[in-house]
Amino acid sequence: MTTASLTDRATTVAARATDLSKIYGQGETQVVALDRVSIDFRQAEFTAIMGPSGSGKSTLMHCVAGLDTFSSGSVRIGETELGSLKDKQLTKLRRDKIGFIFQAFNLLPTLTALENITLPMDIAGRKPDRQWLDSVIGMVGLADRLGHRPSQLSGGQQQRVAVARALASRPEIIFGDEPTGNLDSRSGAEVLGFLRNSVRELGQTVVMVTHDPVAAAYADRVVFLADGRIVDEMHGPTADSVLDRMKAFDAKGRTS
Amino acid sequence: MFRTALRNVLAHKARLLMTVLAVMLGVAFVSGTLVFTNTISDAYQKSSAKGFDQVDVALTAEYQDAKGDQVGKLHELNQAVLDKSERVPGAASAIGVVQDFTAIAGKDGKLIGEGFQSQGGNYWGTKDPRYPLVSGHAPKGRGEILIDSETAKRAGYKVGDTVRMSVDGPVLTPRITGIFTTDDGNVAAGGSLTLFDTATAQQLFGKAGLYDQIDVKAKPGVTQAALKAELDKALPKGTVSTTTGKQLADEQAEAISRSMSGMQTALLVFAGIALFVGTFIIANTFTMLVAQRTKELALMRAVGASRRQVTRSVLIEAFVVGAVAAVTGLVAGIGIGAGLRSLMGSFDATVPDGPLIVKPATIVTALAVGILVTMLAAWLPGRRAAKIPPVAAMNSVHAKATTKSLVLRNTLGALVSAAGIAVVLAASTMDGSDGQVPMGFGAALLIIGVFILTPLLSRPLIAAAAPVLRVFGVSGKLARQNSVRNPRRTAATASALMIGLTLITGMTVMAGSLQQAIEKMASASVKADYVVSMANGNPLSPDVEKKLKQTDGVTATSPMVNGESRIDGESHYLTGVNGAAIGDLVGPEVDEGSFKVGGTDIVVDSETAKSYGWKPGSAFTAAFEDGEKQRLTVAGTYESNDFLRGILVDEKVLAPHLVDPYNMKVMVKTADGTSGATQDRLEKALGTNPAIKVQDKQDISNEIAQMFTLMLNMVYGLLAMAVIVAVLGVINTLAMSVFERSQEIGMLRAIGLDRKGIKRMVRLESLVISLFGAVLGIGLGVFFGWAAGELLATRLPTYELVLPWARIGIFLLLAATVGVLAALWPARRAARLNMLEAIKAE
Repeated sequence: MTTASLTDRATTVAARATDLSKIYGQGETQVVALDRVSIDFRQAEFTAIMGPSGSGKSTLMHCVAGLDTFSSGSVRIGETELGSLKDKQLTKLRRDKIGFIFQAFNLLPTLTALENITLPMDIAGRKPDRQWLDSVIGMVGLADRLGHRPSQLSGGQQQRVAVARALASRPEIIFGDEPTGNLDSRSGAEVLGFLRNSVRELGQTVVMVTHDPVAAAYADRVVFLADGRIVDEMHGPTADSVLDRMKAFDAKGRTS
Repeated sequence: MFRTALRNVLAHKARLLMTVLAVMLGVAFVSGTLVFTNTISDAYQKSSAKGFDQVDVALTAEYQDAKGDQVGKLHELNQAVLDKSERVPGAASAIGVVQDFTAIAGKDGKLIGEGFQSQGGNYWGTKDPRYPLVSGHAPKGRGEILIDSETAKRAGYKVGDTVRMSVDGPVLTPRITGIFTTDDGNVAAGGSLTLFDTATAQQLFGKAGLYDQIDVKAKPGVTQAALKAELDKALPKGTVSTTTGKQLADEQAEAISRSMSGMQTALLVFAGIALFVGTFIIANTFTMLVAQRTKELALMRAVGASRRQVTRSVLIEAFVVGAVAAVTGLVAGIGIGAGLRSLMGSFDATVPDGPLIVKPATIVTALAVGILVTMLAAWLPGRRAAKIPPVAAMNSVHAKATTKSLVLRNTLGALVSAAGIAVVLAASTMDGSDGQVPMGFGAALLIIGVFILTPLLSRPLIAAAAPVLRVFGVSGKLARQNSVRNPRRTAATASALMIGLTLITGMTVMAGSLQQAIEKMASASVKADYVVSMANGNPLSPDVEKKLKQTDGVTATSPMVNGESRIDGESHYLTGVNGAAIGDLVGPEVDEGSFKVGGTDIVVDSETAKSYGWKPGSAFTAAFEDGEKQRLTVAGTYESNDFLRGILVDEKVLAPHLVDPYNMKVMVKTADGTSGATQDRLEKALGTNPAIKVQDKQDISNEIAQMFTLMLNMVYGLLAMAVIVAVLGVINTLAMSVFERSQEIGMLRAIGLDRKGIKRMVRLESLVISLFGAVLGIGLGVFFGWAAGELLATRLPTYELVLPWARIGIFLLLAATVGVLAALWPARRAARLNMLEAIKAE
């Protein structure tokens, strides 16, 4: 892949939320989870969404990933507008265009590692691209564990299977919901390394929700949410700079 | 502890629903059976007690035993006995009773009621206290009869109408001169009663001057016992037996409760099966509840609850569930009992009126059964709960279901199954009744063995379905894997269905094979085109054969006359046949000699011949009813069957010695075989008699088939209960699976499996479990059917295993339907799971 094409792609938007709002309840008990959020996720970019709990970071990810409905605004994945889609079309969109990595790994215990990796394609009834699959498996270092079941794998290995599952179908965008939340720091670092590599080397787009500054430091860009609004953005973050920024919010939160 | 248990019950209401339903159905079945049988039996007893109001002492003839060459017979109960008994000091009056079969036709010419319920009797004098007249007057002579009010209402007859009726063959067309009411149990049960004047009844029934019974009424103040003593003294010893009305009523009451208790036992067996099947569901539910509460139970252990307390808390929970189910079941059962009675009332089977009887014993039984069954089924899960170590409370993730090795279970199962198969196989080589008990024992062993082995069997059998499931893509693959994920639970669920289907298939195989064997025998041994007999199996008048012989197109006829004789000082019935024609009418397999009946030549079935040591050419002496003796020679021996057995003698030899030469059947051969026209001609020749059946081979087969179909349908109906409970089990298991796997389902939805796919996955899992149970059940059923058939075959040479493929197909289809239906609700729930909640749930 040439540098030119990489730059080219970097300007293309993989997912875009415009004036996205999500409101629970009505009247007195009304809770605004997302308040007219507008954000672009560019292709081949690794974005981390941060914020204190209740800030709406998970809700934002769920809405953009087509897992949850929103109250107003619009969400596009590639050229597709999500707001007008029915459940069936949404499901198909998630299947074909989106990859997921969850905090609790969420592998099927009855399937082997390889079967778990190819599950989205099995659901779609597609044959996996053998060459691509091999390179993904090679990247996450699972070649000798393919016949194992999740219960025979460590937490880090399970999450690597989950990463491979997300990458295997070459989705337009991968969403991670606290992907390192259940891992020790070494396994967490491995998984984050794979995600970063997939962005750098394969041009994958990754959006990750996290509350861990160390994890966020792997991203190209960090978006900060508070009270359902985007309050800040940082490019080329380091763990320290992210931590400082978070402390600043906390202080502001306390004084205001 | 009790409060915790109660809270748990309330917290898991929805999940316990299926358990409650399963127990409730079983209890309802039990209490319904008890209420129904008690109510009916009470009503019958009351009505029969009323029936003996007019009788203080009943006289019946004593039997004079056979002695030497003298055939046994009844002493005469004649007018002299009646007069004598009426004259004893304590007697107020005496009534002579005459009764026998009397068929009466409706306005459509067809017999009213079933043959065996068509009764006739005598109306005593001008005013019979037994039968109060509603309208009209007493009958006189052959041209006048009375009929009971129920029959009159049913057939639409009124006083003055002319009726077609028959007693022993010839058709009579008397006029109804009156209608009476009666407490007669037979009439109450849907039969008919026709009354003649006494002399006519005696003539028609072939008992001129004789009574079947004499009812003596005591003077006021004279007890039944005192009257009985007087009568015993007045009448010649050994000729008449006397019974008081109270004794008669008691005897009848006992007979009724005996026959009711048979029915009750049969129904309770089916209720027991349903409850047994229910225990699997209860055990499954409690196992899951315990697994889900591992952390909570461990916490209780950690804060100081003893093992016993933990077990007890589970048992208390079971007690509460069982009690709720038992009470609702009891209420439903009382409803079923009442419903069944009115259902019987709405058919022709009229049941005497009476209050609904709910005995305290019924209530106690229902409650005890419901609670005990539930607690028993929850006992194992309760013990498992106690084994949870306190440290489990500290683990963040609740412990996975222990995958304790199945090695012990499999070994035990294999041993028990092998023993069961061995016993069944050994029993199948035994002779008829000897093998019954060991076979039942072996069958029970094998069912238990297979049940223990089901978890092991589930893998290969469900794997065999993989190619089919592959068609359904990921949903199919996941369904297959999910269904073997918890082998114990799958096994318990499938076993519930297996038991019902084992019984159903076994019955079907046996009934089908038996039916075919009997039909085959009928067609092999009967060469006659038609067999004429009385609707109730009573003897036919000799006139019938004479008339048949004169009918156009009839080429040969033979009666079958029964006559008692004494051979070597033992009683033996001889069958008189038309020696010249018998060869054309029956065709049994001849073992030795030739099938030749005529003059002093006779044939005898091989079994009888063996017992007397006869061979073709052997001669013996038979003493007939009238004391005359005759030397007879064995011409040949034949294989006996249901239509033909014993010693066949030429009727010309037998008939002259009979006091009352009556025919049991008449076999007819016609020139142009069986046809509607021929049958019409025969029926017309007999005066289109409601009491006589003219049947061709097909009719006989149909009659047999009808009997089997009726029996099978009843068994199906009763076993349907067990199947319904099994369906509840499948629903329960699926609901549990969906609940436990909500996180997985959420993930699948997130990565792109649509609702349809999720639904299909659950449905296929249900289908796989149901079909697994069905295949096991059908397999076992066929095996048992075969084994039981081996036993029957020793009695029935034409028996041959017939596999009812169509039925087996229907059973599989039914199991599949059960699977799909049971999955409806769980699949909907799974598809509607909130994806986000499901993924987040930890």
